[in-house]
Parts: sequence; structure tokens; C-alpha cells
Amino acid sequence: MKDIRPAILLFIIFTIICGGIYPALVTGIAAAVFPRQAQGSFITGKSGQAAGSTLIGQPFSDPKYFWPRPSATSDFGYNALASGGSNAGPTNPAYLKTVAERVKALRDSGVTGTVPADLVQASASGLDPHISPESAGLQVARIAKARGLSEDAVEQAVAQATEGRQLGFLGAPRVNVLVLNLELDRL
Amino acid sequence: MNIYEWLQTILYFVVLLALVKPLGSFMAKVFQGERTFLSPVLAPFERLIYRVSGVKPEDEMGWQRYAGAMLLFNLVLFVALFVMLLTQHLLPLNPQKVPAFTWQLALNTAVSFTTNTNWQAYVGEQAASYFTQMVGLAVHNFVSAATGIVIAIAVIRGFVRRKTSLLGNFWVDLTRCTLYILLPISLIFSLVLVSQGVIQNFSPYKSVPLVQSTNYDKAKMDDKGVALKDAKGNPVSENVIVKEVTIPMGPVASQEAIKELGTNGGGFFNANAAHPFENPTPLSNFIEILLILLIPGALTYTFGVMAGNTRQGWMLLGVMLFILITTFGVLQWAESSGNPLVARLGVQSINMEGKEVRFGLAGSNLFTVATTGTSCGAVNSMHDSLTPIGGMMPLSLILLGEIIFGGVGSGLYTMLAFAIIAVFVSGLMIGRTPEYLGKKIEVREMWMSILAILTAGIVVLILSGIAMIAPQAVAAMSNPGAHGLTEVLYAIASMANNNGSAFAGLNANVNFYNLFGSLAMTIGRYVPAIAVLAMAGSLAGKKYIPPSLGTLPTDKAPFAIWLTLVILIVGALTFFPALALGPIVEQLMMVN
Repeated sequence: MKDIRPAILLFIIFTIICGGIYPALVTGIAAAVFPRQAQGSFITGKSGQAAGSTLIGQPFSDPKYFWPRPSATSDFGYNALASGGSNAGPTNPAYLKTVAERVKALRDSGVTGTVPADLVQASASGLDPHISPESAGLQVARIAKARGLSEDAVEQAVAQATEGRQLGFLGAPRVNVLVLNLELDRL
Repeated sequence: MNIYEWLQTILYFVVLLALVKPLGSFMAKVFQGERTFLSPVLAPFERLIYRVSGVKPEDEMGWQRYAGAMLLFNLVLFVALFVMLLTQHLLPLNPQKVPAFTWQLALNTAVSFTTNTNWQAYVGEQAASYFTQMVGLAVHNFVSAATGIVIAIAVIRGFVRRKTSLLGNFWVDLTRCTLYILLPISLIFSLVLVSQGVIQNFSPYKSVPLVQSTNYDKAKMDDKGVALKDAKGNPVSENVIVKEVTIPMGPVASQEAIKELGTNGGGFFNANAAHPFENPTPLSNFIEILLILLIPGALTYTFGVMAGNTRQGWMLLGVMLFILITTFGVLQWAESSGNPLVARLGVQSINMEGKEVRFGLAGSNLFTVATTGTSCGAVNSMHDSLTPIGGMMPLSLILLGEIIFGGVGSGLYTMLAFAIIAVFVSGLMIGRTPEYLGKKIEVREMWMSILAILTAGIVVLILSGIAMIAPQAVAAMSNPGAHGLTEVLYAIASMANNNGSAFAGLNANVNFYNLFGSLAMTIGRYVPAIAVLAMAGSLAGKKYIPPSLGTLPTDKAPFAIWLTLVILIVGALTFFPALALGPIVEQLMMVN
């Protein structure tokens, strides 16, 4: 029973160190060295006020905007308070029906050929800010038409919002949809 | 796999293997009480901690007292977190004014974080206050990880020490593990993660106007919260226009680092390491996967150093790597082959459901096998949406008993129990008394090893059986048919093996999973832990037998192959029927 005292006191001590000093230290250093990232990588829109985080996707359905990946967050897509995926299994009939509807919506917007998987399958977080360059490419014609811009101008905006593989080989190339759409609104 | 995916995967294993030796020998120094390069800074704090808490560092413990101290400490952890969850609405740092947990959910969550499982039946950004996340959950991330590591160290001492009953001092091991290993690595990597965009602040959640507003149909409720229906019995709904979203904030990076490093896996947010604020870039993803395997990998070297023959450790690491890379290969093949039922609709044939674009397939799949081979349980893709054979890989890694790297410490001690079984079976075949590391393996060691490797499996099979006849457990499935069975099997396997990941469609916040799950996590954590400590106590008392001609060399490749076979045979015999009814049937349905 001589171990009761260390059990309780060490718990209290580690709570102070790991639950108080450590996160406070990380917060302090982060605020000094990486203030923008620590606060959520927010960007400003046309009017100069915060338009969202570059890391958190937003819902778009208007033909003049690039469409993001489908999102399965509850209540509405890209609900940042309810991150999560569809958790639909690969043979679930309801899931297959949903994907078929998404493909149809894309076809109706003028998309032909094979549809990139990321554009009709929901992300894990439901907040994925990116689409693949292929998914961006097949929306260019629609957006140029809706905005009365040349396809070249839209493609240039896509190129600006495209991030390559990190350090040249990590991850996948991707296009940030919110950054791209804000850029289009500035044109 | 394209060339970049090969490159990043190969580089990953090169970096991991390069870190095994330096970190492994550093940990050996820490646990053998030697001075390290951190001692000038940390030794005064260490002495102060012992003085305040009344620990006598030179006071070594036998296995019963070591196990008793471990259990007592874990009881304190459990009670403190349980009370905190029930009273979080009264505690500070709660800018979102989240309410208290129900007692069932608080019980499950407190057991979950105390046992290093980090099963989560709640939505982090909605249900937990900053105080709970930081003072409650993050602290448990450190000390539950340390608990696992120090048990493994005590077991190694059992093999190494001769004719003694003493295994070390639990309090000293725990303190040194937290202070010298977990805190410094977490501090460095949490800052690296912030540089990539992981948030770290105490701000209230931020509302931003949407660039394009959205809308949804919201079911109308009466005063009692029951859905209203019209005259025909159809639910009534109203269209709600959403003009702004609320983006959650919080001290995420400090928790993210220890969550991966300590193979805890409990996410700050519901989407866990798929959430862009937890894992924003391919580099942060690379680092997080590295942190998951870092300590379990390096501990094999620590074991080798302490056992006086580092090849013994490399052999175990080789077995782990072989199975991990094999399952990665199968998962990568399955996910890049995709889902024929979706491809038929004119869609590119890879499976991106439940995956993030930035990680790519290889970055998602490597995370998946790392997090389930270890008992981490963090996820960067949704395992529920993997193809059937793909989903069988993380499930199988969990069912093998969390030994493919395994939880910090717990992976190594369970792997050592498997090594003893392998030595024993081969001893029977060649008619020799089995020995491992110069210690004779007798009835007591066999009993304890069997308890360590079979407990979780027995719990999984019994509880999955009960779940199939419990209406509440069945109703919680989110997908029909064979996939639903896999969801339940995965949930119970995850809890009993202290993993914590999920086929997350399952609605786990019901009494069945909260209560039976708490039981499974408790048994799955403490029965093997006590068994291996008892074994260590008995081994430490034995004399050393020098290797002779009849000794099976356990530091050579044939033993590694034999050990691999024993692991796979035990796993297959226990779980093949269940896997055949779940993922295998579903794969056949999907392909035809």
C-alpha cells in the first residue's frame, strides 16, 4: 500500500507536465514561429474579410464555380463541425445509387469519358479541400462558359491553385478548390 | 503504384530503419538508469518528482508489486478521467459550452484512454471541451503509452536477470519513459506538425461566411424532439439555408504528436488524422506514420541491447516488417484495383471513397497498415469504405493480436509470448527442452504466453457471437449484409486488442458497445499484461543456461520464418471462419 501515494501524486504531476506545461509550451512556440498555421491557415476573400481556411473545403454547386469532392458530413456537405466520411461499404446498394446520381449530374454538366474517382467518391474527412488535376480539368469548359472567360484564362487559374507533390515525390498532385474559386471571383 | 509512390514508401522504411538503432539504444540507456544527453536538463526534474511523490528509486519490485503498482496507477487514471467527463460542463476551458458525457459513454471513453485503446464513440469537435482534450485525454495518451512500454521493459529484465525476483521500479520506469522519451519527441514533432498547418490554439470556434451558400432539408420536430409527420405519414421537413460555417479550433498539434507516438490514436476531431487540421499535407502524413512505428520498431533494438544480442531484436523486427509489408502490398493492390460496381458506372477504377486526395493511395494505405499493425487506431482514411479484401488487411492485423510492431511495449511483450510458443513447439518437434535467451521454458511460461496471445481472440469471438443475437448490436450496423458483420467484428476486435480504429459506420454509442466494449478493452489490456509480468517474475528467478548444440538459435533467419508461420497459423485457425463470412463473401459478391 506504500504505492498509493506515488500513484496519486505522479498522476497529478504528469497532469501538470503533460496536460499543462507541454501544450502551453507548444502553443507559445507555435504562436511565435508559425502564427498563421497555428490559427488555422485562414485566407481573405474579395472584400478583405476571412473567407475560410485553405485547409477546410467548402460546398460549391453553382456552375460558375469549380465543384469540390462529394462530402458526407451530416446535415449538409462540408459541415466543418461534423467531420467524417460516408463509411459506406463497397457493395452497399444505397451507396452505389448515390455514386450513379453523382455521375449523372456530371454527365448533365457536359462531362464525357471516364470520371475521376475523387470527383464522385466522398472524402474521409468530408472537408477535403482538394480535387485531382484531372477533376479540375474536366470542369474548365463549363466554368469558362458560365463566366464568359476563355478556357485559357480558367486553365491559368487552375495552374495557380495546383500544388505538386510535396518535396517532389510525397503525396499526390492536387488543386485547392476554395483558393481557385476565390481567384476566379477576383478575375 | 507509380514511381513516386514506390519512392515515398521505400524512403519511409529507410528512415524508420535508420532511426531504430539510435532510438533503441537511447531507450536502453534510459531504462538501465544510465546518463543520457538529456540528463543535464532533466535529471534535476526527475529527482524532484521522486522527492515530491515519495518514490525511492533504488527500491526494486517483484512482479506482483510491479503489476500492482501498474494496476493502481491505471485505476487512478480511469477514475480521474471518468469524473472529468461527467463534470466537463463545470470545468474551465470550455468555450463551446459542451455538456457532460452520459455515464455509459464516459465509462467507455475513460476505459478506452486508460487502456491505450482510444476507441471513440463520441464526436471530438462536438462533445469534448478543450480541458477534456488537453488535461484529460492528452495526459492519458502519455501515461498509458508509458505503461505499455515499461511493462515490456520489465519483461525484458525477466529474461535478462538471473536468480532474482526483482524487475525494477514501476514508478521510476514510468517517470523516465515519460520525461526522457515521450515528452521530448512529442515536443519536437508537434512543432513540425504546426509548420505543416496542424492548428494549436485556444481560440473559440471561428465562423466564416460561405463563398456560396448551401442548403439542406431539416426534419421538423415537435416540442418533445419527435419527428413530425404529415397526414400521409411522410416526415415533414423544412429547407434551411446555410450562409456560414463554424470551423473548430483547439490545441491539436500537441495532442496529435503523442497520439501517434504513443500508438494511442484518439483523434481531436471525428475524422481523426484524415481531418485537414490534424494532417494537412503529405509531409505531415509521412511524419505521422513514422511516429506510429517509431517506438515499437526501436523497442526491438532496446530488447536486443538489454538481452546482450542485438540480432535477437532484429529478428523480431524482420518478422514484423515482413507481415506489415505483405499486408500493405495486398491493400495497395485491392484499393488500386478499385470497386467494379463503381467502375461500371463510368468511373475511374480506383477506390477513393473515404480517402483524401492529398495523401494519394500509397500514403493512405501505408497509414492504414501502420495504424492497425500497431494498436494506434488513428486513421487517415475510412476503413469502412475500403474494398472487402482491402478492409480485411487492417482487420487481420488487429486480429493477429497487435504484434506487427504492436502497441508501444504491448506489441513487443505479446511478440515475445509468440516467440516462446514458437520455441516450445519446435522444442517438441526435435525432442529438446525449449529455451529462449538462455532461460528454460516450462509449464508456467507456457501458460502465461498462451494467456497473453489468446485472451483477446477469445473475447472477440465470444462477444461477436453475442452481438449477432443482440438486436441493439445488429441495429447499429450502417451497411447491410456481409459488410455489417465485418463492422461488428472489427469493432469488437479493435476494442479487445486495444486498437481503437473502427469501421466507423457502426453506431457505437449504444449501451451494447459502450458496456461490452469497456469489458473487452479491460480484459484485452490487463490479462496479457499481468500474464507476461508473472512470466517475467518466474523467468528472472531462473539460472542462465549457456547455448549448447541442442539449442534452437533464435537469432537466425530459420527461426524468424518459423515464428512467422506460428503467428499466421494461430491467427488463421482462430479467425478464418469469421473472415470467410465477412470480407471474403463480400469480395466474391463485389467481383461477380
